[in-house]
Order: sequence, then structure tokens, then C-alpha cells
Amino acid sequence: MPQKGLLLRILEHDTGGKIFLAALTVVAVLLPVLNLAVPEGSALHVSTYTVTLLGKYLCYALLAIALDLVWGYCGILSLGHAAFFALGGYAMGMYLMRQIGERGVYGNPELPDFMVFLNWQELPWYWFGFDQFWFAMLMVVLAPGVLAFVFGWLAFRSRVTGVYLSIITQALTFALMLAFFRNEMGFGGNNGLTDFKDILGFNLQSDATRIGLFLATAITLALSYCVARYVVNSKLGRVVVAVRDAEDRARFIGYKVESFKLWIFVFSAMLAGIAGALYVPQVGIINPGEFSPLNSIELVVWVAVGGRGTLYGAVLGAILVNFAKTYLTGALPEVWLFALGGLFVVVTLFLPQGIVGLLRRRRRKAGLKEAAT
Amino acid sequence: MNMKKSISTWRCIAGAAALGMASQWAHAEDTIKVGILHSLSGTMAISETTLKDTMLMLIEEQNKKGGLLGKKLEPVVVDPASNWPLFAEKTRELISKDKVAAIFGCWTSVSRKSVLPVVEELNGLLFYPVQYEGEESSKNVFYTGAAPNQQAIPAVDYLMKDVGAKRWVLAGTDYVYPRTTNKILEAYLKAKGVKSEDIMINYTPFGHSDWQSIVSDIKKFGSQGKKTAVVSTINGDANVPFYKELANQGISAADIPVVAFSVGEEELSGIDTKPLVGHLAAWNYFMSVDAKENDAFIKQWHAFTKNSKRVSNDPMEAHYIGFNMWVKAVEKAGTTDTDAVAKAMIGVKVPNLTGGTSEMYSNHHISKPVLIGEIQSDGQFEVVWETDKLVIGDAWSDFLPGSKDIVADWTPPINCGNYNSKTKKCSGQNF
Amino acid sequence: MMLLIFSASPLQAQGGGDPAFTALVGQLKDGDFNDKARTISDLEASNDERAITVFKTLLAGSLYYRKDDGRVVSVKEGGDAYQLFDVLSGESLGEAGRRDVKKISINNYLRGQLRGVIARLSLSHKNTAVRLNAVKEIVKDIDADTAALLREAMSAETDEAVLEAMRVGVALMDVNSADKSTRLAAIENLGGSLLPEARLRLDALVVQDANKEYAEADADIRRAAAQALSHIESRRQIYGFLETVFFGLSLGSVLLLAAIGLAITFGVMGVINMAHGELMMLGAYTTYVVQLLMPNHIEYSLLVAVPAAFLVAGIVGIGIERGVIRFLYGRPLETLLATFGISLILQQLVRSIFSPLNRLVETPAWMSGALEINSAFALTYNRLYVIVFSLLVFAALLLILKKTALGLQVRAVSQNRAMAKAMGIRTSWVDALTFGLGSGIAGVAGVALSQLTNVGPNLGQAYIIDSFMVVVFGGVGNLWGTLVGAMSLGVVNKFLEPWSGAVLAKILVLVFIILFIQKRPRGLFPQKGRAAEG
Repeated sequence: MPQKGLLLRILEHDTGGKIFLAALTVVAVLLPVLNLAVPEGSALHVSTYTVTLLGKYLCYALLAIALDLVWGYCGILSLGHAAFFALGGYAMGMYLMRQIGERGVYGNPELPDFMVFLNWQELPWYWFGFDQFWFAMLMVVLAPGVLAFVFGWLAFRSRVTGVYLSIITQALTFALMLAFFRNEMGFGGNNGLTDFKDILGFNLQSDATRIGLFLATAITLALSYCVARYVVNSKLGRVVVAVRDAEDRARFIGYKVESFKLWIFVFSAMLAGIAGALYVPQVGIINPGEFSPLNSIELVVWVAVGGRGTLYGAVLGAILVNFAKTYLTGALPEVWLFALGGLFVVVTLFLPQGIVGLLRRRRRKAGLKEAAT
Repeated sequence: MNMKKSISTWRCIAGAAALGMASQWAHAEDTIKVGILHSLSGTMAISETTLKDTMLMLIEEQNKKGGLLGKKLEPVVVDPASNWPLFAEKTRELISKDKVAAIFGCWTSVSRKSVLPVVEELNGLLFYPVQYEGEESSKNVFYTGAAPNQQAIPAVDYLMKDVGAKRWVLAGTDYVYPRTTNKILEAYLKAKGVKSEDIMINYTPFGHSDWQSIVSDIKKFGSQGKKTAVVSTINGDANVPFYKELANQGISAADIPVVAFSVGEEELSGIDTKPLVGHLAAWNYFMSVDAKENDAFIKQWHAFTKNSKRVSNDPMEAHYIGFNMWVKAVEKAGTTDTDAVAKAMIGVKVPNLTGGTSEMYSNHHISKPVLIGEIQSDGQFEVVWETDKLVIGDAWSDFLPGSKDIVADWTPPINCGNYNSKTKKCSGQNF
Repeated sequence: MMLLIFSASPLQAQGGGDPAFTALVGQLKDGDFNDKARTISDLEASNDERAITVFKTLLAGSLYYRKDDGRVVSVKEGGDAYQLFDVLSGESLGEAGRRDVKKISINNYLRGQLRGVIARLSLSHKNTAVRLNAVKEIVKDIDADTAALLREAMSAETDEAVLEAMRVGVALMDVNSADKSTRLAAIENLGGSLLPEARLRLDALVVQDANKEYAEADADIRRAAAQALSHIESRRQIYGFLETVFFGLSLGSVLLLAAIGLAITFGVMGVINMAHGELMMLGAYTTYVVQLLMPNHIEYSLLVAVPAAFLVAGIVGIGIERGVIRFLYGRPLETLLATFGISLILQQLVRSIFSPLNRLVETPAWMSGALEINSAFALTYNRLYVIVFSLLVFAALLLILKKTALGLQVRAVSQNRAMAKAMGIRTSWVDALTFGLGSGIAGVAGVALSQLTNVGPNLGQAYIIDSFMVVVFGGVGNLWGTLVGAMSLGVVNKFLEPWSGAVLAKILVLVFIILFIQKRPRGLFPQKGRAAEG
């Protein structure tokens, strides 16, 4: 089976990745069974709340992989990845809005409620096509991709690097946030897009649809992981790492550093867009708050906590930090910022390679001991 | 050694999933749980924390009286952290995991919009305590704050008749509440014969802090010889710099009065009010109102917070009314079952804090008095005008072309929150 | 707790004056606002000199009456009790509890009436500024009677500014007189004034109705009025331009204050301090605490708050540097993460200590109001002081860096750490002090911000992105770049605002910065030579 051979080849020397994919498979098989087949009273029943929550974590994990690609492997610390995520989310949200049709508050078959409300007479041109699923999906990758391409092309060509790049990516997401907040933009202003009814004809509020979305997210995550792993293992991936470690040398050797950076940046932005598109139907709302610069910084912290430059570390970090956030906002609402803030400080000070780095160090120590005896 | 690593990694992932499931098992059925969904961190914490405290106080008080249906009430506090998707997630958690009987929460419109599909899907109850834009009535939500006809329209009437305002500045933060309110007001003013060149509409972003140019524009707009008034739907944080700039540019309440719909005692406690004396606010409750229920409430509030300087405000009163209505409805229904309670809610009457009795109507809105107060130098309001009788909240504004014919009525035979009385059609419902 | 030692009969204590006047004063507490308005007119008509004192007390909101005997008193707040005084003589009447007296409330209409009355009674006040304000108040709402008052006062007036204001006031009435030459003279007078009333009166002379008929029949008058109007218009345009420049500089000075500390920690040390905004927040809260500690000396509180905020924020900054950042030198992106964590902790800390509500920071009287150049152009004092203050801070920082031993060492360490160390500079000590200096300046900026905006846990977040933009735009490591960057961004923003609205203006500025950085990756004033590497 050439397929299997390919998968194995991709995951060669990637124990963490194998474990992650195995775990993901187990969860993806078990969860729907426990949710749908096990009766509600049973101790083993998993509520739809948990399914949706895990689905959200997996979207974040995908976003974290996207960031790890540019930060961990290429050394571009983007503080604007939330922008790509949100753009993908908006593309999906626009599709879902168009699906509402006549069931909106004002019953207008063509225009979403907020446009009726703002006295708009017709759909703005940039909303055309979003009633088609395929078009919306195309936009989910194209919108962030094109933005990343234009931005990256300008920035990398003029050799904006390091801190400067981080700060202008932050400016980018901040500007987009302000723009989407404006009601005149035609994206629902502060409220954003919400009140979705169904996706591809399936009711968004039914458990089966939620399980379906969860599975779609899990499969996309697994696929994206493999593709990302394939990319970093490929020749391109190695050049990218070379750029991270010594940009000038890579350039003097003759590589077109700008193109490599641009390629990985655009790819990462598209992944982030896909994550956003999967996120929106599960949480049920997309609004300009997703563009907030703080979200991007938090995202960086997930990757840092997990351990950058490993891909599975990013996944681990995203899930762990978000789980802690969910838990703490419920259990200790008044102190969760202390905990979160403390975590950032501790991780950067004591775990520069994140949790994965810690595990590796342990293993190396154990290995040394073994060798000694 | 490969084994070791795989175990620890696996443990982390499994642990995350297991903890989520495990917490469902542990709950005993000897209390009635009440969800409190107010941001305790992030930008909205500033307004919402007080409401969380108010709810804790009301629940504590009810428990002292013996609880409800023979059971104690148990507050479940969560922090949605001013993050709108998190509001939806926490609502799901409260209803499906904690099995709360009712949720008291939300402040901003967007948080309510985010929560709305979830409470409807899981058939929960939400009590929403803040003045809002209307154009909504859900089977599962009870709106105890003011609808536009309970705040904006009476305030404009007052300015027109008692102050003689002829030119209008409608200034607001750019989100749905000010947009709707200003749209309603614009239609209303035009119906009263105000020309469009005498109306200036301005929107600013959240937390806008540099008001120099806008205040200067207002000043110019107001110096055209006709009495000018500003109707402000500026939200929370942006108000302090706005009022400071007004005062510094020498616009006093006697020249251009500002009537605000989002500035209450709590917001004023962060402002030096001396230069603001005389500016107005329209609410359904002021802390300074003389009524024995109010005195008792304030006393209780000071004792609960152990701070005799804490102020009370309108959304707190809304929670007070909403909570007491819910208690009465549960007693009437004899159960906390959502459908039974929602049915029992309609027609429930409880005393409000201004000395009257508020009633829940079939559109899930309540009746309230409308008061207009002038800011005093001590940060309190002096009531200068009030409606003769209570005003019933109107879910759908009569002044908007799209919603003129729409009514909300949750009693048979209509049983719909969005019923077009012309086409006899019920639309926009999720069930 | 009744401290009413002075239970003497009200008549006796208030005696001396005629009983009719005293009775009128007593009436102020009765009836609704309309009754009060009538009483105020009666009091004015009584021509009693003491009435103005009563009016002023009433307008200031310190006119109360005692609940037990109904005596009208003036009240001064002090702690938990009120100090009572006789309204007219100012003689002390002891203390009373808060609930023993009731305020005589007034509304906006009464406030307007009182201001008019007080103005009419102040036309012969010995202080020029009071007279000028009185004239301005009268001119706002002039009629034949008050114009006659002005004419009468003009003969005794010696001050040119007051006379000028009076002339405009009289001219407002004279425009409608029967005599053509009087009217032309009045129009000329009005043409020299920037008062909105003058423009409105002139406008009324040149309007056409729907049938293209002029309201004013006399063509000469119309021509003169049109000429006067165009003169006014051109002057207003100039002042409008100056006003926008002022607004822009003011916005720029806020940006400068927010960014200048960052220019040190980020620009000189290469630390991305995401907690910079929270250090400003600490400065603002220090102002609040200082005001709590000296409630009776608000006027001087800011002078105390500036050094206090510098110390508080500086010490916290040194703590952050010693505790966290010194382990992260050379890894700027990681300082970003750690300091972001610190910023979350600091925010939650003030939320726990001071509550999540905004805190009230009072504005001293000398920072309230505006410096009025003329009716069309006024500079608000708080903005003016903040501009001056930001420049002073900038100058001080420049001096420290260029003229002191510490400054020399800071520059040496930032240019070549190893070499500086070899020359015997204690680099770790310099690092701590530099970071403390940058943080302290953030604290000082917080004091200024407390006068302009909310003092709450979110204060810092609102400025952090802007301040990074300013530093990057101006050129990292260059203080002059920060100054020029802040001021030009502020002015550009304010010139865009009327045309595009506040939000779009900000978006355009951000997009401009993004594009600018592509063109000049090192900002407006890039560092040259060795310091530019790394």
C-alpha cells in the first residue's frame, strides 16, 4: 500500500507525531460513540458540550501548527496570525449567513439581518458567491493566503526581520480589527456574524452535526499535521530552517531567502484560515474580537508552552493552555489571569523549549544514565 | 525509554479529555443552581463585576429566607472574560454540565447575541439586565433592562418639551445598541418635524479616548443659534475622556446639555463630576430615589460589600427585579423546569426599587418608570422629570420601518417572538 | 450626633438685614423649580447687594437648609459632617450631620438664569476678568434691557478688552436699529468679532428666502454684512487650522509620553516590554493613591505624584528586570512573552487591590478649563500642560542620556556589551537602572494620562500598540525619532479625522506605518554604524 508507505515515511523519526496521531484517532473514534451511542445517564456518556469544547481545542491546535511552521521553523514571529484565522472564520461565517436565507429576523431572503438593519438595499459585491459552499471554502484559503502573500512579499523583499516584523504584523491585525469593527464595512460590525442555522443542509444545533464537525476538524488536523511534517522534512523545510538559523549565510549560498519565507508564510496563513473556518460553526459566532492582538500573543504562548519547532509540541501547548483556561475560568475565575500570566513567565524562564523540551531533556538524562551503567 | 515518553505524552492528552468528562459525574441534586455569567476580567469586567456581586447578595438573601422550594440556592459563577465566543461556551457549560435552573448574565449586545442560540438550543433561561436596542424577543430570554421606548424616547421628549432643544447631536459608540437607538431617534425626531440638517450623527470606536476634534465639532454645531442637545449612547470607558473634554472646552450643561443612556452612578464614581453638573441621564432607577425598598436595598448592598461608599445603579435594579420575578415564578410553577417557569413568568408582579410594581409582559419585557436625572457634584443624580406611570418595554420599535408591524407575544395563540401582524407570519425562530 | 449648639432663633441670627429680604432667601427652599425661578427674579428685583452672594452660593450647589428650623445656610463639606455658615455674613454656625441638612436643588434652567443674573450684577466688579466674563455671559442672550445695561457700564469701563466685548454686545442690538449709519458701524464692529452670535446676526442679514427675496431690504447693509462675514470666515479658517494642529500636537504628546519609556527599554536595551502599558497604569494608580493621601491639597497632588509614580514604576521595573528579563537578554522575542505574562499579572493585581472599577482622579483647578485666545480658538489647559510636560520629560531624558555618567554607560552597554564590560562597567547594574529609568518614565506618563482618560485596569492596553508603532516608526534607539514620529503621527491623525472619521483615520495611519516600514525598515531615523547591527 503506497499510501501507508507515504505516511510512514512522513512520520519517520517523529515519535511525538505518531503518538499524537494515534491519540487523535482514538479520541475521534471514541468520542462520537460515547456521545451518540451511550445513553445520557450513563457515567461514560460524553456531553455535546465536551465534544464542542474539544472541537474548539483542535481548531486552536491547527492554528498553533500554522504558527509553529513560521515561528518554530522559519524564525518569523508573527503577532498577526489571529488575523488569518479570523479571515478564514469570516469567509465561513459569510457562507453560514447566506444559508440563513429567509429565516432571519427580518425575513429578507437575500440580505443578512444586519444589512437590512443598516438600510442596505443590495448585497455588496464582496458577498457574492458566498452562498456556494465551494466558493466559500476557496475563500477560506484564498483570503488569508492573498493577504499573507501581499504582506509577506512587501516585508520579506525589503528585509524587514525580527522584532520589526513582529510589530508590523501586530499593526496589521490591529488595523484589521478596527476595520471590521466599523459597521460600514459590511461584516456585521462589533456583533460580527452569528445566529447561524445550518451548514450544507445539516442543522447546526443537532448533536450529529456537531459530531460531524468535530470529526471534520480531527481529520483536517491530522492531514494538516502530516502535510506540515512533510513540508518541514522536505528540502524546502530544510532551507527554511537554514534561513531561521543563519539568514545571511543561506542567502550567500544562493538561496532566494525571500521566496522560501514567503512560501512558508502563505502556507501557514492558509492553514490558519482553515482552522478559523472550522472554528466558526462550532462556536457559533465570529466577530472582530478574533482579530485582537492579544489573541495572537496568546497563540504564541501556546506554541511556546508546548515547545516550538516540533509541530506536536504546538498541538500539545494549544490543548493544554486552553484546557487550563477553560478549567480556571470556571473554577477560579478571579485568579485565572494570575495563573495564565505566571505560566507565561515560568515557561519562558525555565522551559525555553517548552514541555516537549522538558520531556526530551529528561529522556536525554535517562539515556546518559543508561550509557553510564 | 521510548515507552516512557509515549506514556507521559499520552497521559497529558488523555488527562485533558478525562477531566472534562469526570466533572459531569459529581453533582448532587439537593440545591437549585443559579448561573452567573458576567465577565470578571477583560474590558467588560469594569461594569459586570458589580452585577456578579449583586446576584451573590440576592441569592444569599433568598437562602436566609429559607431558599426556594425547600432547597438552598447555589450560585455558579463563571468568567467569560469579555470574550464573546467564550460567553456561548460558558453558557453551554452552565446549562448542560452544571444544570443551572436559570442564568443571570451578559452585558453587551454581542454577548447576548452569542449566548442566544445556546440557551434556545438547550432550552435554558437567561435574565438580561441591561438597557438594549430591542428588535429581539426570545422564548428563553427575559429582558429586565430598558428597551428603547423605556429610555431614549422619553429622554428626547423631555429635551424637546422642557429644555426646548431644536438641534440634535446623536453621538454613540459604533455598535448595534447606539446604531439602533440613533436610528429610532432619527426617525422619531424627523416625525416631530426636525430637519435632517439639524441632526448630527457621530460614531466612535470602543474606548475612544481622544475627543478633541469631535467635541470641537459639537461646539460648532451647537453655535448656530438654536438650542442644541447631545444624546449620548457612548459606551462605558469612552465617557470619562468625553466628559473631561466637554468640560475643558467650556461646554456646560446650560449651553449644550448631554443626555446619556449608558452613564450611571457606577460610571460617575470614576469621574470628577464637578464640571458635569447639570448633564443628564435617562434610566429606570437612580440611587438617589426616595423609596423604602431602595433604602433597604442600599443598606443591604453596603452591608454585603462591607463598603458604605459603593453605589447602586440601574442594571443592579434590573437584576433585583429579574431575580425576584424568577423566584416568584418558580414558586408559582412549583418546579424549576424551564417551560413551566417561562410560562409562569408572564404576569408576575414584583416591587421595583423606585416605589412601584413592575410586571413581566408576554413579550418578555417588563414595565418600568422612566426617570431623567441631572448629575450632581457628588456623583449622584437628581431626578428632574419622570413618567406619570410605568412604561411597558416594547420589543419591536414602532419607529423603524422593518419592525413596525412586528409584535412579540409568548402566550397562545401567537406564541412567537417575531410575529408580523400584517402577514400573520411568525419568522426568525430557532425551534 | 446632633451638633446644633446654635439653636438661637433664625430671626435673631439672620437679623440685621430687612426681614423681607431674609424671607425671600428663605423662600428659595420651597416649591418646585418654577417657584424658585420666580424667587430668584424677586431677589434680583430687590436690588439688595447681598443677593449676589446668595446666587453664587446657590449656583455652586452649597446652599442648604437645616431640616429642624428651616434656616437657609451655606455649607462646606469636611469629612463626615458639614460645616455650616451664615449665607450672608459667613459667620460659622457649627457642624451638622449629612442627614440634618438638605440641599436646595437647582436644574439647568435655573443655572442659566443664575448665571445671567450674576453677570448683570457683576458688571461693575473690580476684577477685570470677572467683568469680562459677565459681559460675555450677557452677550450670549442679549436684549434691549441688557444692552442698555451694557451701554451704561461702557461709560465707566476703562479696560480695552472689556470695552471691546461690550461694543460687540451693543452692536448686536444696533444692527437692527433704525439709523443706517448706526447699523453700518455695528456691522463693522461685528465683523471684527469671532463670537458665534455675531456671525449669526450677520448671517440673518444676507439670507434669501425660498423666493430668492432678501430678508434685508437695504443693499448697502447686505454688502457690508457679506464683507464682514467673509472677513470672519477667513479668520475662522485660520484658527480652525491652528486648532487642528493643536489637537494633533496634543495627541502626539500623549503618544510621545507613552512611547518614550519604551524608546529606552525597547530602543536602547532591545527588550520588548509588553508590560510597558501596565507600568503606565501603575503611574496613574499612584496618582490616585497620592490624591487619597492628601485630599485637601489636590492642587499640589500632581507635583507629588510625578516623582512618586517615577519611583513606584521604576522600582517595579527594576524588579521585573532583576527577576525575569536579565535571564532573557539577546532573546528579544522571549522577553515579549514573559513581559506579556507580567502584564496580565499586573492587571489582575490592580483589579484585586483597587477593584475592577475605574478610579476617580481629580483634576486640579489649574488644569481645568481653557486658555481662550479668542472666541474661535481656545487651548484646553490639561492638553496644553501635557504637551509642555511631555517635552520636559523628553528633554530630561535626553540630558540624562547625553550628559550623565549613567547615560554614557547606558549607551556604551547598548552598543557593545562585551567591550563595555571589559572597560569596567557593571553591565548588570546598568541594565537594571536603564530598565528602571524606562519604567519610571512610563509611570510619569501614567500621571499625565490620569488627567486625560480613565484610570482603570485596562489603561495600559489602550496604549501599548500605539507606543510600539511610534518607536518603530521613529527609528529604534533614536529618541529624536520618537519625538518626531509621535508628533507627526498625532498631527496626521487629526488632519485625517474630519475627513475620514476617527476609526478610519487610525486605520490609515496604521497602514501607512506598515507600508513605511517596508520602505524604510529601520524607521525615520535609523541608527547608523555598529549599533545598527544585531
